[in-house]
Amino acid sequence: MEWYLPVIWAALIGTAVALYVVLDGFDLGVGILFPFAKEDHERDQIVASIAPFWDGNETWLILGGGGLWVAFPRAYAVIMPAFYLPMIVMLLALVFRGVAFEFRTVANTSKKYWNAAFAGGSIVAALAQGLILGGLVQGVKVENGAFAGGAFDFATPFAALCALGVTAGYALLGATWLVMKTEGAVANRARAHAKPLLGVVLVFMGIVSLWTPLSIPRIAERWFSTPNIFFLWPVPVMTALVAYLAWRWLEAGRDIPPFLAAIALFMLGYLGLAISVFPYLVPPSLTVWQTAAAPASQVFMLIGTVGLLPIILGYIVFVYWLFRGKVREGEGYH
Amino acid sequence: MDLDPVLLARLQFAFTITFHIIFPSFTIGLSAYIATLGVMWLRSGEERYEKLMRFWTKIFAVSFAMGVVSGLVLSYQFGTNWSRFSLAVGNVIGPAIGYEVLTAFFLEATFLGVLLFGWGRVPHWLSVLAAAVIAFGTAMSAFWILSANSWMHTPAGYEMRDGIAYPIDWLAIIFNPSFPYRLAHMVTAAYLTTAFVVLAVGARYLLAQRHEQHGRTMVAMAVGMIAVLAPLQLFIGDQHGLNTLKHQPVKIAAMEGHWDGKVPGDFELFAWPDEKTETNRFAISIPRGSSLILTHDPNGLFPGLKDFPAKDRPPVVPVFFAFRIMVGIGFLMIGVGWVGVWLFWRGRLFSARWYLWPASQAWWIGFTAVICGWIVTETGRQPWIATGILRTADAISPVSASSVAVTLVLFVLVYGIVFAMGIYYINRLIAKGPQGSLVEAPQGPSLGSPLLSASDAAREATAS
Repeated sequence: MEWYLPVIWAALIGTAVALYVVLDGFDLGVGILFPFAKEDHERDQIVASIAPFWDGNETWLILGGGGLWVAFPRAYAVIMPAFYLPMIVMLLALVFRGVAFEFRTVANTSKKYWNAAFAGGSIVAALAQGLILGGLVQGVKVENGAFAGGAFDFATPFAALCALGVTAGYALLGATWLVMKTEGAVANRARAHAKPLLGVVLVFMGIVSLWTPLSIPRIAERWFSTPNIFFLWPVPVMTALVAYLAWRWLEAGRDIPPFLAAIALFMLGYLGLAISVFPYLVPPSLTVWQTAAAPASQVFMLIGTVGLLPIILGYIVFVYWLFRGKVREGEGYH
Repeated sequence: MDLDPVLLARLQFAFTITFHIIFPSFTIGLSAYIATLGVMWLRSGEERYEKLMRFWTKIFAVSFAMGVVSGLVLSYQFGTNWSRFSLAVGNVIGPAIGYEVLTAFFLEATFLGVLLFGWGRVPHWLSVLAAAVIAFGTAMSAFWILSANSWMHTPAGYEMRDGIAYPIDWLAIIFNPSFPYRLAHMVTAAYLTTAFVVLAVGARYLLAQRHEQHGRTMVAMAVGMIAVLAPLQLFIGDQHGLNTLKHQPVKIAAMEGHWDGKVPGDFELFAWPDEKTETNRFAISIPRGSSLILTHDPNGLFPGLKDFPAKDRPPVVPVFFAFRIMVGIGFLMIGVGWVGVWLFWRGRLFSARWYLWPASQAWWIGFTAVICGWIVTETGRQPWIATGILRTADAISPVSASSVAVTLVLFVLVYGIVFAMGIYYINRLIAKGPQGSLVEAPQGPSLGSPLLSASDAAREATAS
């Protein structure tokens, strides 16, 4: 019990964060690409393609943060202060972007500002999330179980690289989402964006995959020691295969498969990072076991999660099904 | 410049949470109102209910978005600004937040999509069901977050080991002593707050002789709601106060401005509590009024501030005044409700300008009462962040004061813009009035709706 409970929780929170990254990833990505839209009706079409979903998507971020507090309070109490500035900037960016959704539909003359807020908020939130990810992978200074570093410890070249990588990745998800969910000029432009974005994302994934084992021996050992390497070699191979398929599907003018491939690519990258970092929740010092909540708390929350998560996933699938199909040119739900 | 990190962290949290509570206070009640309108529409088939439902849904969408994003901020601020707090009590109140996300946030966010964007795509009953599910979600959200908050006031069902709280009895934790009172008080407050907004909007239309049929429906429904809930709220508040006297007597002493526990307490209508001299200046009071309210005996004694060491007392002035404003608004609400019912009975509710004009301006009083109530209870809990467990000063994160100062400025700027524009847009939606459909383009100001059998309809509305 003491051993496997934190592992179950690490898997659950990992799943919540993965769902967040994919789901809010595509709608943040749509926001990142928003400035490329030329006409107002195109912008309405783009926003309409994500409007019924974005709020639910962002809820996974609350579950990720809240879940971390519930299951791993010691990690929560270190990570949040360690990334204080990017965390707050991300939240403020999401505030701007979230209200921009509603405000731009009721605004007249000020609509252009809320368009800018939507795009700007999306870009800043993506960059901040990448900074936090990069900073976390590189490690956090901890003394006596508390954060002991400075306000700008996160600001490293590696974190900057991750920030750009995550932003490009979200943009790829957003572009392939628009390919799937829209038609006309918006879909064509998205298809044209998706290909170079795919290349850029692969470059970033490549650099991160080399940088982390070269700079952190623990990660090199995880991947290249025997017998690990015999189990782990499929991860990069699968990544290459998925990237190739994504390219082919985009070339072939397919609508849905490129989005699925982009998700798969993200999940493989995420899996790669998880393999590099586990069992640390706060590298390089605090593991999932050291940061776990009291078993009674983890069990109490697990009961609810096991019971409620399938219901939640059920009605989320229902909403995606309800708003299935493409948003046509000039069409907006509002 | 020497910045006090504790003060800055408190200022920042006070600012973000005060900003946030404005929206739930409105959306908890409004979602229930929208669902009610939907049910009345399905049952009666009357178009005015449909139009009102869709009108308020638009306003709900704007308010809810502001509530969601400002709430997201809070769920992270527990960690960014209060990491020692989240570590000390995470085992115990963390799960309440977790359950709030699982039972409320996903429901609300997902079904809001159905309600807003499903119109014309899903059957009417499903839109109404979505509204009802959202109303249920907002109530569940209130349940869990108020349970967690109440535990900070009246902790129960736990044990302390090495400065960290461990759960012993989950039912005792969730249903801690102040929780039922706080839940009833806050949910009633949310419904009253919404009722005053609905009343103001309806009164505004009646005064302007626009959308008169809708205006009548709104005014009648709101007056009925206020007439019942405002006196009920007085009773709930009184019970909540007695519960606080039992568990947090020092908070009551601050609310009453009661210094000396050896003599019966006067009810101070006005005073300036002076913490240096430990007396009230400029006091205008009802002798033994507080003793009568709190102990039901004019000679009854209850603890005074001097019974507690100065370091264990909350700041008296904000608690004292916020309490008076809240109670004053509460009595005003009872008056508005009862006068409204009397006017309705005399058949003059929809034409009495002397009543409708102040009502049309009073949309904000519920919000003010809610904020003052929270100032009373949260400031009254000081110097503790979790009563008897952790002091606020010991709860902050190891973050530099300048980081907190910079982000505080950012919060004020961003929230200031968002709030100002949000109010502006909601006001514009109200000025535009109930339209045919969510999808239609905005139209010019519409003329007053035909009179129909409005008074019958309004009577029916208050009866429901």
